[in-house]
Amino acid sequence: MQKIVLNSLLLALAIYLIYWANRSLDNYTLSILNNIGIFAILALSYNLINGVAGQFSLEPNGFVAIGAYMGALFTIPTETKIDMFALVDPAPVVLQMHSGFLPAILIGGATAAIIAAMLSFPVFRVRGDYLAIVTLGFGFIIRIFAMNNPAYTNGAMGLNDIPGNADFIWIGLITIVTFIVMLNVITSRYGRAMKAVRDDEDAAIAMGVNTFAIKTTAFVTSAFFEGVGGALLASFLTTISPDQFTFLLTFQLLIIIVLGGLGSMSGALFATVLVMGGMEWLRFLDDDMNILGYHTGAHPGMRMVVFAILLVIMMLFARKGLFGDKEIGETVRKRFGKKRSLDQQRSGEAL
Amino acid sequence: MDFTTFLQQMINGFSLGSMYALIAIGYTMVYGVLRLINFAHGDIMMVGAFLVYLAHAAGLGFPLAVLVGIIGAVLVGVLTDKIAYKPLRNAPKISLLITAIGISFFLENLFNVLFGGVPKAFPAPEYLTHVLRIGELYLPMTAIVIPIVTLIILAGVLWVLYRTKYGMAIRALAFDIPTVKLMGINADGIISLVFALGSALAAVGGIFYAISYPSIDPLMGIIVGLKAFAAAVLGGIGSVTGAVLGGFILGFTEILVVAGFPELGGYKDAFAFFFLILVLLFRPTGIMGEDLDRSRF
Amino acid sequence: MSNPILQIQDVTMRFGGVTAIDQLSLDVQKGEIYGLIGPNGAGKTTIFNNITGNYIPTEGKIIFDGEEITGTKPNKVVDFGIARTFQNIRLFKSMTVLENVLIGYHNRMHYSYLEAIFRLPRYWSYEKKIRAKAMELLEEFGIIDLADNEATALSYGNQRKVEIARAVATDPKLLLLDEPAAGMNPSETEDLSNIIHKIKKDFDLTILLIEHDMKFVNNMCDLVTVLDYGENIFVGKPADAIKDDKVITAYLGEFKHA
Repeated sequence: MQKIVLNSLLLALAIYLIYWANRSLDNYTLSILNNIGIFAILALSYNLINGVAGQFSLEPNGFVAIGAYMGALFTIPTETKIDMFALVDPAPVVLQMHSGFLPAILIGGATAAIIAAMLSFPVFRVRGDYLAIVTLGFGFIIRIFAMNNPAYTNGAMGLNDIPGNADFIWIGLITIVTFIVMLNVITSRYGRAMKAVRDDEDAAIAMGVNTFAIKTTAFVTSAFFEGVGGALLASFLTTISPDQFTFLLTFQLLIIIVLGGLGSMSGALFATVLVMGGMEWLRFLDDDMNILGYHTGAHPGMRMVVFAILLVIMMLFARKGLFGDKEIGETVRKRFGKKRSLDQQRSGEAL
Repeated sequence: MDFTTFLQQMINGFSLGSMYALIAIGYTMVYGVLRLINFAHGDIMMVGAFLVYLAHAAGLGFPLAVLVGIIGAVLVGVLTDKIAYKPLRNAPKISLLITAIGISFFLENLFNVLFGGVPKAFPAPEYLTHVLRIGELYLPMTAIVIPIVTLIILAGVLWVLYRTKYGMAIRALAFDIPTVKLMGINADGIISLVFALGSALAAVGGIFYAISYPSIDPLMGIIVGLKAFAAAVLGGIGSVTGAVLGGFILGFTEILVVAGFPELGGYKDAFAFFFLILVLLFRPTGIMGEDLDRSRF
Repeated sequence: MSNPILQIQDVTMRFGGVTAIDQLSLDVQKGEIYGLIGPNGAGKTTIFNNITGNYIPTEGKIIFDGEEITGTKPNKVVDFGIARTFQNIRLFKSMTVLENVLIGYHNRMHYSYLEAIFRLPRYWSYEKKIRAKAMELLEEFGIIDLADNEATALSYGNQRKVEIARAVATDPKLLLLDEPAAGMNPSETEDLSNIIHKIKKDFDLTILLIEHDMKFVNNMCDLVTVLDYGENIFVGKPADAIKDDKVITAYLGEFKHA
């Protein structure tokens, strides 16, 4: 009971802070918070298939692109589309695509989810590590598709003048929703089954778990929220193009979830802030640096070299990241040694 | 399509297929032995090509530069295994895969920093870029050299695998690592040999690629690598002959389909992906059909 | 009265050129504790894998409770009522004892994914009900105090109990135990054999077990089949098995003396 009260208070506080921030902070800070929020949503989603279910996947940039394009196409006004599509005329169905902001976001998520479900069949049906390669390829295919179908996507020119509906209220609330959904999944039989598949798939099968269905469930859920994040991203940036959704995006999310601890949702939130902050702070590496009188010259990409090295070092020496696969609450509780009373245990109450 | 054009495209397809085949072998051998998709393998190809460029820029003649490129690629491949993969031999699979992606990303960005993202002209010698004219047929020297060299190399690889004790050890490792260790075979040494061999082949593939599409850039390894892996799966992951078969099938398909249906040209790079999905749907063990996971436990 | 719950009929299992199981037939009666013994490599775990669907028999049939289950997929075999443990204990390393056992209850918690996400009433009722059942099960095994411990932190003997409890959680009719006493000292072994007798009675189970420890086999099993090179060379009481010539030849000293 006290757990429900505490959680409700935290939730109320978080919602209040979101509204307060949106009202009080300046645009620059809000812009940073919006960026962090979107990445948080993406990291939380990515953590489900990779961290909780233990299936190595490189899907985010593909599904984010899908969500972004769908979200954009459904919110850009029809007249704007007619003017914007420069290479060829927009396809008739594109001109029909119109909805409010929330439906557009949901459509972005749903489209990604449907495609994920379709990919699940060939990939999860067979044993083997094909998910990573298929999703890596998928990211490239989406780009190829976007470039080659200008009637639907405006090709290389991309989509501009996307209505900027996504303010911190939207992004903040959706981040909270994503976080709660993920926790609810983890603390249900589905989350436990995902972890079992991660720990020992054969033993999970021997206990009757339909591991194909579980893996698909995790993948489709991740895809849905990545699509949602994509639609929000499109609205936040107000302009998107095929070249934006590269492997770099997936790589950043990978670093985030590894740092936070694969499988820990609260870890992913912390790590999003740390990594986003780190990316900004390390920007100086890309510029000309003056090291003891020696000028290095500007080298865009130096930052990412450092991050790549950090990832490898983490995998070698600190595989568990900040919180391992536990949430921050459990880690704190372990430290302060609170155990369930025998009564709580007998009645099966969770801590 | 008339016969000359068809012949022309067949020649192109053979060349492209050769490159995919060479790179696919490295993927399939590492996967066979370690069950690891070495994401960095495609980037090794890039490293090889760039080292040739660097050696040439430093004044070496082309053949010597090629040697430098191959040796350099081998060093990078073997070191990657020793430093990043070996410590994780007993870790959960996902850790290994993440590390491989990390190495891949590292190499791409490192070479981006060192050489810049603008494509560089590859110093291919005239005797290789020369184009013969036979009637209406344009026969680039590469179309002769690449397939011949590839077939010689393939014969060499198969000879090593099936006629030497090292090759036998490699094939045994693909089956069962603990038992092989118990037999006193230095498993780590053999694994290094696998990486060395695969990296050398990738370097050669990269050099061929660089000669044919006469520029190199740090990101050239990604797409080619991805496609080569798809080719390896198509042919049957774990099987060297399968990798070769898959490579050629992919190469021919890319050239011929685009030649026959030019409107599909933009989708050329997607064919590999579709092959991959088809294989997974209908014949996951690939054409050569080696079932690596015989025992489910 | 003959009431076979499991019938293995002329099952042959070939891997490439190797015949692991050769025309094996045996019947396990409902309520029995049946032992599968034999030298290492005789094919005992292989026949388990045939029953659980991990390997499809090259020839022959497997009939469970009147229905043919040959070649059924492993996670569906559990639905029929067959659960197993493994030779090298395979617990879920990242989870607690209770969470491990809850996996056994996975198919018995009938709430949907959306009900879990939106925390609808069925989620709460099943979680509460099943958790209580899981705790009862742990108490039956005498390890209720360890419920919230990390599964890997337990002693070997207790880990084995968790593994068996997890299998029992699937509500099986037949329990397959693969060398449950392996690696245990005499007191752990005795403890284990008491537990197995207890759960057999309390949960109305039939048990098929693989073992090397002849004392344990003598203690537990009503009947045994002795396998050698995939063939059935003896069926009968454990006490008679060790006197049989063929069995003695097959083992040639492999017995842990009863």
